[in-house]
Formats: sequence, C-alpha cells, structure tokens
Amino acid sequence: MEPIIIEGTAKTPSVRFDANTGIFEIKGRSIPENSVEFYKPIVEWLDKYKENPLSRTEVNIKLEYFNTSSSKCILDVFKKLEAIHKAKNEVQINWYYEEDDEDMLEAGEDYESIIRVPFKMIEISD
Amino acid sequence: MGFDVESYLTEQKNGEVILYYKGNIDSEVINHVLDTVEDKLIQVNEQAKLRKKVYNVLVESLQNLYHHVDKVPSDFEDQSAEKYGLLMVKKIENGYKIITGNFIRKENIEKLEERIKRINRSSQEEIKELYKFILNHQRITNKGGGGLGLVDIARKTGNKLGYQFKDYDNEHAFFYLDILVDNSE
Repeated sequence: MEPIIIEGTAKTPSVRFDANTGIFEIKGRSIPENSVEFYKPIVEWLDKYKENPLSRTEVNIKLEYFNTSSSKCILDVFKKLEAIHKAKNEVQINWYYEEDDEDMLEAGEDYESIIRVPFKMIEISD
Repeated sequence: MGFDVESYLTEQKNGEVILYYKGNIDSEVINHVLDTVEDKLIQVNEQAKLRKKVYNVLVESLQNLYHHVDKVPSDFEDQSAEKYGLLMVKKIENGYKIITGNFIRKENIEKLEERIKRINRSSQEEIKELYKFILNHQRITNKGGGGLGLVDIARKTGNKLGYQFKDYDNEHAFFYLDILVDNSE
C-alpha cells in the first residue's frame, strides 16, 4: 500500500502515513476554512489501511495550532485508529505539545477521554 | 436607515489598535490578518502562551465570520463584500481585545443570543464538558465546526463573551462580539 504524503502549508499540516513502517505523523498547523476537504483523503486512506494493518501502528501528532473544524476531522482520524486497535492491533497515539501550552495538552486529554486508544502526552521543550 | 457600524469600535478609546479591518472576509484576508497579528506579537516579544491564545481566538472569530455572516442590507455603503465583517485587535493593559462585527438577520438573533448566554452562564468545567460533548456528538457541516467556535473561544480565554446586537433596520441588526484575551486564568 502506498504511503499518503501531503506537504504542509500555512493553514494545513504535513501528513506522512506509511503503511510499511506503521509510523504516521501529522505536523504543523491545521486551520483551513474547509477541514473536511483536507482530511477526506486521509480518512479514506485509513479505511484501506484498516483492512490489513501492521501489528503495531504509532501515530505522532505534532500540532502547533488547530481550529475547531479540524478538531472534528482529527476525531474522525482517531476513530479509524480506534477501530484498528479494537481489532486487536497495537496502536499508540503520541500527542506532542509545546512547553507551557496547556491548551494543547488539554486538547490531547479531550481526545484521550473520548477515544479508546493508548495516548502518550509528550512535552517538547523550547 | 441604519447607522455607522464602525462607531462601536471608534468610541472605545482605550488600548492601542494593532489591526483594524473592514470589508469582505475571505480566505486570503484571514491569512493576511493572522500573519500580521502573529508577526506583531512576535515583534513585541509577547509571551508564547498569550500569543497562542490570541492566535487561536483570531482563527475562530474570523472563521465564524467567514462561515456565518448574513448578507449586507441593500442600502449599506459596501455592497461589494459578500461576507462583510469588521475586526479590531487591540492591546490593552493586561492582554488583548478582539472585537468583530457583522450583519445578522433579525430572525437569527434569538438562536445566537441563546447560545452565547448558555456559554456565559457556564463554569469553565461546564464549558469543557460542553466542548467535548459537541465534539463527540455533533456532525461536522460544510460550514465548519458545528457550533464549537464560540465554546472554544470561551474555553481558551476563560472569560465571558461580550456582545451587543444593534438594530440596523427592520430586517437587520449588527452584531458585535467583544472578546478579552488575558492572563486571568
């Protein structure tokens, strides 16, 4: 299965999901006006990956900013990962936040409380 | 009919204006405003925590305008703007003020005001739960976050949402949202 790679822009994050290594990453800013359009190919890619996932998938979320419309799309991404986890595959979500960015830490904790996948909160110091 | 929609902003003399914009709110304008304000806050060495809060609130308030404003009345001076909005960002003593303004059809006032009142009478803990509830239960629409924007602004600032509806004509009012972003938490 081909990886999905999307270059970042001022309003959208870089995305690199590799089905050969099981390492997925979303990094940067996610503040587009139309988030659904941006996340659609990612969710579709995960639907395919879900059919035949690796035994271990590690997901690195390194967001600097995200808007509320992205927050729903990110939840959709996590729900796909939850389904993979539920099918007895190892999935781990690493949620990175910058030192002192309590809002970003809290956002990660929101997802952790909704999604049944192990989360790890990782502080990045400046 | 009508009145000078900018008067609400120009009457408030306190603070130093960092950015003022009036006109069409499109994707390019949003980019430009975000870049400008971010650059200015970095220039004055604003602490990262407050800078990020201002940025987040700006994103949500601009995208609220982008997704939700009603059309301008037919006698309004600026007919070129499909999505007409006002935005002022001010530095005040202990933080920043972000004020937006837009036309709203009168039949839409009640729903918006009810939403704001609900947020304003909630504790921070209730707002956090409300945010999670909407995130998890409301479907996303093409218009955006399904009502999360205002809740997010209240949650990130920890402050009540200031607002005012001013009658414009029989069908329209002008809505001002007045947000304080400070270090009060």
